[in-house]
Amino acid sequence: MKIQFKKHSVLPGFGITLGFTLLYLSLIVLIPLSGLFFKTSQISWNEFWHIATGERVLYSYKLTFGCSLIAATINMFFGLLVAWVLVRYPFPFKKIVDASIDLPFALPTAVAGIALTDLYSVNGWIGKLLDRAHIQAAFTPLGILIALTFIGLPFVVRVVQPVLQDLDKAEEEAALSLGAGRFSTFFRVILPEIWPAILTGFTLAFARALGEYGSVIFIAGNMPMKTEITTLLIVTKLEQYDYAGATAIAIVMLLVSFALLLTINVLQWWSRSRHTFTTAQELQ
Amino acid sequence: MTESRFIRYLLLSVALLFLGLFLFVPLATVFTRALEKGGDVYWEAIRNPDTWSAIRLTVLASVIAVLLNLIFGVAAAWAIAKFDFIGKNILISLIDLPFAVSPVVSGLIYVLLFGLQGVWGPWLLEHNIKIIFAVPGIVLATTFVTFPFVARELIPLLQAQGTEEEEAAVVLGANGWQTFWKVTLPNMKWGLLYGLILTNARAMGEFGAVSVVSGHIRGETNTIPLHVEILYNEYNYAAAFAVASLLAALALVTLAIKSYVEWKSEL
Amino acid sequence: MSIDVKNLNKKFGAFVAVNNVSFHVKTGSLTAILGPSGSGKSTLLRIISGLETADSGEIHLTGAESTYQSVKDRNVGFVFQHYALFKHMTVAENIAFGLNVRKRNREETRERVQELLHLVQLEGLDKRYPSQLSGGQKQRVALARALAPRPQVLLLDEPFGALDAKVRDELREWITHLHKETNVTTLFVTHDQHEALEIADRILVMNKGSIEQEGTALDIFDHPASHFVAQFVGETNYIEASLCEPELVCWGSFKFSVNGYKMGDKIRIYFRPNDVYVSPTPETLQVKGVITETRFRGPLIELTLDIGEDKFITALIPKGVALASGYKKGEEVFLGITAFHSFRV
Repeated sequence: MKIQFKKHSVLPGFGITLGFTLLYLSLIVLIPLSGLFFKTSQISWNEFWHIATGERVLYSYKLTFGCSLIAATINMFFGLLVAWVLVRYPFPFKKIVDASIDLPFALPTAVAGIALTDLYSVNGWIGKLLDRAHIQAAFTPLGILIALTFIGLPFVVRVVQPVLQDLDKAEEEAALSLGAGRFSTFFRVILPEIWPAILTGFTLAFARALGEYGSVIFIAGNMPMKTEITTLLIVTKLEQYDYAGATAIAIVMLLVSFALLLTINVLQWWSRSRHTFTTAQELQ
Repeated sequence: MTESRFIRYLLLSVALLFLGLFLFVPLATVFTRALEKGGDVYWEAIRNPDTWSAIRLTVLASVIAVLLNLIFGVAAAWAIAKFDFIGKNILISLIDLPFAVSPVVSGLIYVLLFGLQGVWGPWLLEHNIKIIFAVPGIVLATTFVTFPFVARELIPLLQAQGTEEEEAAVVLGANGWQTFWKVTLPNMKWGLLYGLILTNARAMGEFGAVSVVSGHIRGETNTIPLHVEILYNEYNYAAAFAVASLLAALALVTLAIKSYVEWKSEL
Repeated sequence: MSIDVKNLNKKFGAFVAVNNVSFHVKTGSLTAILGPSGSGKSTLLRIISGLETADSGEIHLTGAESTYQSVKDRNVGFVFQHYALFKHMTVAENIAFGLNVRKRNREETRERVQELLHLVQLEGLDKRYPSQLSGGQKQRVALARALAPRPQVLLLDEPFGALDAKVRDELREWITHLHKETNVTTLFVTHDQHEALEIADRILVMNKGSIEQEGTALDIFDHPASHFVAQFVGETNYIEASLCEPELVCWGSFKFSVNGYKMGDKIRIYFRPNDVYVSPTPETLQVKGVITETRFRGPLIELTLDIGEDKFITALIPKGVALASGYKKGEEVFLGITAFHSFRV
């Protein structure tokens, strides 16, 4: 039996649109990205290992991954809370609050960076209060955490919100009618349903935080071995014309990102397969 | 059938406090700090020729990136949503790729291709073509980071709409262009607008990728976000926040249009 | 304006959707393709319209070879199951679409739209959008849109599938009327036998990609050509038995005269519930049954009868007769079968 590349359709334009898509994708994304791997292949394995696991680099990984993980976790809890409140409770100016969730997507990272730095530095509105409690936020890992929490804020909310919205009220009512309390209803009925969405949101926020640059560099202080994140280290190496160094670290970051992208796809597939198994039947 | 009043108020307060602290206070900071020193200082910062050249460059790079990604997004959505072919899911994942790449790495890949030590660096130098530390590099980096937006918006939309309306148009005698212009385009106009404003917001605000390829030459290769950085690092806070307030205002306009489009397309 | 289909075949991967199908649809007729879902009837319709291509075979529209003609050039009217109205266009714009893309002059288009609005009884709704219409109205707009460019043939894919029962009955009647008025050769696909039996001049019964029988409603109901048709069209009972004498099938005390079978053949006898004669007295009847259930079905009463050996059959009898005889659950009655069909298994 002959395997057909494309199913028959009366609509025109397949060849030209797919051709253009592939060409443009190659020119803008695939060829430039493969350049990174090409450049890496010019460095010997020993050299690569030496750069990618240097002391300062290792520290930056620890800092970046640690802060990103904590920030994503914070966003997981608060994101779920915000999504819950937005879906379930009425309150004034709800539409505006809902729209403003996307602010971290829309606000340029540099603007967020200087605003947060200003707020949390010793003279800032919040920094002053924290200073009284002898907590320093700006120019410490805590500052990095704040910036990463800001930029990852929308992910969990926006992924969980629609799932929570579509949740079948009848299931909850069934649980309640069977004598389950609010708490056990939440943990046994609601949470299992929205869990894939929460995990997807968490992974998205984590992935975004790992690669973040603009909002962090202002508030971090950028001291090597103290508050230097990995993306900054790449830029520093570039500015010193250490292309091999920058490339090696970038490859590590890129591979981690791809692994996370894969995870997100799997999670979304999982989430979808739970919620749309009926449509498969409708399609016969 | 809901939580007790106390729990509800508690959850609501905690959620709003969190949002207030992380969203509204930083946003308010931008505008108060921008106007703190009075209107004159604000206008001075905006009217500065370096600011103007940054605005011009940002608009230029965004317009090009938006147009390119618009054409690409529509073509990709048409091919992917209206036809069945092998390898479709891989193609969708590849289109998403730039989302997974750190902005800094996005800039780096172009430096590695077109920079002095890059793959095509020597050839470009010989022919006196400058891409890195020049406008073409900024346009490329901006295009890369905004690459998936329009396509991402349109593909699920067109997939959900199916092909029945297009088939109906073809049976009624419409040719390919007529089908696209009269049937497909009107059906995706809101998704298209949505994708456009998101692309534009990201393009104008991009920092990391552009920072890597720009070279930070004042009045020449500075975009608005880079200009903000320079002013801030020079301790010229009032001017930095004044210019930043332009971007913050753009973000607010973007959110407003976005909400309007969502509301419209739900009707 | 006839349709001729010759030796048409279509596979999707390993699945045979259309299997060597040939038929002829007369000019001006109203023909139904009746079959269960997955029988290939919609695929067949889409191939005739040109939306799908056949692997092999020929299609002639109005006698002209159309197999390789583009959809555009075939000039067929197609009504989609879910109407596929253009959501962003008004009713009038929807109807005018086929004329506008052909660059007809404006006055002519306007007149034709008015004419069609009148024909489908939607005058005054021309400025509405599809979302503001009921299901039945949408269906009528879809019909008007398909008819506007004066197609050679009209193809309808499950035209009433998405409507509720009452609207469906109304539209059924209306479409026969519309067909008489326009006289366009019409081919429609349905899984609903009542729809096919009621309005079609001719019916093609399809199963697993093949045509099982072609004929008028009466032919198909009274003379089913296969097991499938006997079971699929109308209600039926069957019993399975073999010859006990040449030309006689026996099952319990039932006896059926047949011919053309050999001893040892497994034979299925089909008979409709309305062909079961029930009497409280033996008369000349040999067979006994016990009523296990009675069900009220409007003018008829449905009896479920235990005829032994764990076999249950149903019989439909007029309500008056049933009441006069006072049939009750558990009562013994006498049975006769007035008409049946037999097939070799």
